[in-house]
Amino acid sequence: MKNLADLRKIKEKAKMEMASREKNVKYRVVVAMGTCGIAAGARNVMSALVDEIGTRSLKNTVITQTGCLGYCDQEPLVQVFEQGRPCITYGKVTPEVARKIVADHIVGNKVLSDYVFKQN
Amino acid sequence: MRELSLHILDIVTNSLEAGADRIILFIEELASVNRFRIVVHDNGRGMSQEAAQQVLDPFVTSRSTRTVGLGLPLLKMAAEQSGGYLVIKSTVGKGTRVTADFKKNSLNRAPLGDIAETVMNLIIGTPEIHLCYIHKTDKGVFIFDSYWILARMAEQNITLYELTKPVKERILSGLQKINSVG
Ligand SMILES: Nc1ncnc2c1ncn2[C@@H]1O[C@H](COP(=O)(O)OP(=O)(O)OP(=O)(O)O)[C@@H](O)[C@H]1O
Ligand SMILES: [Mg+2]
Repeated sequence: MKNLADLRKIKEKAKMEMASREKNVKYRVVVAMGTCGIAAGARNVMSALVDEIGTRSLKNTVITQTGCLGYCDQEPLVQVFEQGRPCITYGKVTPEVARKIVADHIVGNKVLSDYVFKQN
Repeated sequence: MRELSLHILDIVTNSLEAGADRIILFIEELASVNRFRIVVHDNGRGMSQEAAQQVLDPFVTSRSTRTVGLGLPLLKMAAEQSGGYLVIKSTVGKGTRVTADFKKNSLNRAPLGDIAETVMNLIIGTPEIHLCYIHKTDKGVFIFDSYWILARMAEQNITLYELTKPVKERILSGLQKINSVG
C-alpha cells in the first residue's frame, strides 16, 4: 500500500462497492459465532458457506456472523434471511449441510426442511 | 478448545458484539522467553474494571439468551493450565484489551491452529471493520491488514468471497517467512 491518501481512496471505493452490493442482496446468511457455536464447529461451517458462495460467484448473498442465539444445544446454527419471507434457522449444521443450504435454499429456492430448527 | 485460533475467533466476536470498528489482533510467539501471547485490542463500548473482573467468572454475562458467558473464562482457564494468565484492561466508552499469556512450550497449551481461517472468516463476515493482525516471532514480524482485502476488491472488481484463497495464501506465506510454528 502506498500512502495515506491512496489508502483513503481505496477505502472510499471499497465502501461504495459494498454499498452497491448491499442493494443487490437478496439473502443474508448469518452464522452464530458465540463460544458454543465455535466449539461446535461454526468456523468450518462459515468457511464452507464462503467457499460455496465464492465458487458459484453469487452476488445476491452476504454472510455475516453473530453471537450466541440462545440455543446452544442446536449449534452450529445458520440463519437465512430473505426479504418478505420468514427467517429460517438451521440447526446442527455441518460443512456438508452448509453447502446444501447454498445449493438448495439459496440457488434452488427450496428450504431444506430436514435441517430446519426454527422458522419465524 | 482444541486450537488457540478458535479462542481468538471467540474473543474477537466479543469485540464485534461490543460495537468495535477497529480491532488489533497481536500474536507473539517467542521461544527465547518461552512465551505465547495473544492480545485483542478493540475500540468497542468497553466495561468498568469491576465488570471486567466479574466476566472472568463464568456465571456472569450481559447477554439475555443465556445466563452464563463462557468465552473469557474458557480462555483464562486455557492460559492458566499452561502456566500463564489472562488480564482484561477496559475503559467504558473507549475499548477493551484482552491479553492471554501462555507458556509456549507447555504440553497443556493448544496449538495456534488455522489462524488464517479465523482471520479470513472475521474479515469476510464484517468487511466494514478494520482488523489489523500482527504476528511476531523471534525471527520477525508479519502484518495483515484488512485494508489489503478492500484494496484488492476495489482494484480487481472481485467479490469478497472470491478473495478467500489469496487471503489465506498471503497469511500462510507471511507466517512461514517469520518461521511461525504456532
Ligand atoms: N471486548 C469487549 N468489550 C466489551 N464488553 C465485553 C468484551 N468482551 C466481553 N465483554 C463482556 O463480557 C461478557 C462475557 O464475555 P464472554 O465472551 O465470556 O461471554 P459471552 O460473550 O457473554 O457469551 P459466549 O459464551 O457466547 O462467549 C460479555 O457478555 C460482555 O458483556
Ligand atoms: Mg463471547
